[in-house]
Amino acid sequence: MTPLLKVENLKKNYGTQIGCSGISFNLHPGEVMGIVGESGSGKSTLLNCLAGHLQPDEGSVFYNTKTDGLVDTILMNEPDRRMLGRTDWAFVHQNPRDGLRMSISAGGNVGERLMAVGERHYGHIRENALSWIDQVEISTDRIDDRPSTFSGGMQQRLQIARNLVTGPRLVFMDEPTGGLDVSVQARLLDLLRNLVIKMNLSAIIVTHDLAVVRLLADRLMVMKSGHVIESGLTDQVLDDPQHAYTQLLVSSVLQV
Amino acid sequence: MIQLKSVSKKFKLFNQQNAIIPVIENANLNVNPGECVALVGASGSGKSTLMRMIYGNYLATSGSILVDGINLTKAEPREILEVRKRKLGYVSQFLRVVPRVPTLKVVAEPLLSIGKPEAESLEMAEALLEELNIPKKLWQLSPTTFSGGEQQRVNIARGFCYAFPALLLDEPTASLDKENRDIVISLINRAKNKGTAIVGIFHDQHARELICDREIEVKKFTPDRNGSDA
Repeated sequence: MTPLLKVENLKKNYGTQIGCSGISFNLHPGEVMGIVGESGSGKSTLLNCLAGHLQPDEGSVFYNTKTDGLVDTILMNEPDRRMLGRTDWAFVHQNPRDGLRMSISAGGNVGERLMAVGERHYGHIRENALSWIDQVEISTDRIDDRPSTFSGGMQQRLQIARNLVTGPRLVFMDEPTGGLDVSVQARLLDLLRNLVIKMNLSAIIVTHDLAVVRLLADRLMVMKSGHVIESGLTDQVLDDPQHAYTQLLVSSVLQV
Repeated sequence: MIQLKSVSKKFKLFNQQNAIIPVIENANLNVNPGECVALVGASGSGKSTLMRMIYGNYLATSGSILVDGINLTKAEPREILEVRKRKLGYVSQFLRVVPRVPTLKVVAEPLLSIGKPEAESLEMAEALLEELNIPKKLWQLSPTTFSGGEQQRVNIARGFCYAFPALLLDEPTASLDKENRDIVISLINRAKNKGTAIVGIFHDQHARELICDREIEVKKFTPDRNGSDA
């Protein structure tokens, strides 16, 4: 089976400082992978390199495109990569303000992604936006309100609606539940989990919250100082960690 | 169906003086379809460790573990997940669920995840919950607030909803009253008759006698840790 994403020996340095180094993995369709590690371990650097937001120093990121099969997205030209970012890929930022336009309506935020891929019929766009706003459990009568009037949890759910409306195959998520209170986190996670199953999404989720990956991720990569130190099935890595740092990480979680 | 070939397990605790704890050494086991094998031994002898290795939850230090011919010690995460979806079920002692999801959905999930139609899956789940005496008014609620015995029965219903060819049972009758225990026992025997291979931990002697064909002393796989074992 051809993987959806094939990463080979990826490396990104900031001057002499290692961002991430020697990263290789395959992601298959429908697979959800979590990347965990402490702050500064290179998780976000890696995610941004994969999503084309950062130019890596070495290595390749092959993506299995619908038309041409495996293509190295790092060597791709900018318009093609941007098109991929608007259609097949989605990126959920930690801070919804980075992924939303705060001064246009919620419906406009969802509709903009559709217009970017060529939809022009206003009725269809609004209908689609309404359906997505409902799916992410925002009351549909808020469609004409600006996200600046929404709570943090609602903004995050709106960002997810905006990202998924174009039916992507691969979603990059950077701490999707960071900054939300615990009850809102559980709701968001349950929602994400159902969407991932329903849409057969592949996803790469960066987080430092082990509870998030236990719930969402099929497999895990543990990073430290820019390197992957351990990887495997999520519950295996969490319940029987093999590396000293992972054991420390898992045993440091406070029991509720 | 379930096959263990010279399986060993050592835990290395890096953050606790690099202690190395050998738990299982040279375990061999072969469970045929329709057979139920009980793991017996004192607590700490490695019964749960052995079960978790079969489920792919713990890594075997050496040896191989085959479920329906697939070697789990060499499989990719997605291959293990596929085995868990279609071949190998696990009823643990404790129910672990996402809050918000109603009991009926929790039980039907194994069927839904292999693509069975929703109506059919829910019907199967209803029948099992009914048989296990879970009051109908609880079906639409999340099991997180249920009593220990109710949670355990929900867990059992979930484990038997799909007819797994291989099943791991961790004390399925532990916190149940006599009536419910008998129901669970008959459920297990029915699965056996349909050809399910079962490995289980049963502290309840009565249940063990009614269900199991063989008992395996885990102690014979336990390495002599400090010479005091004899």
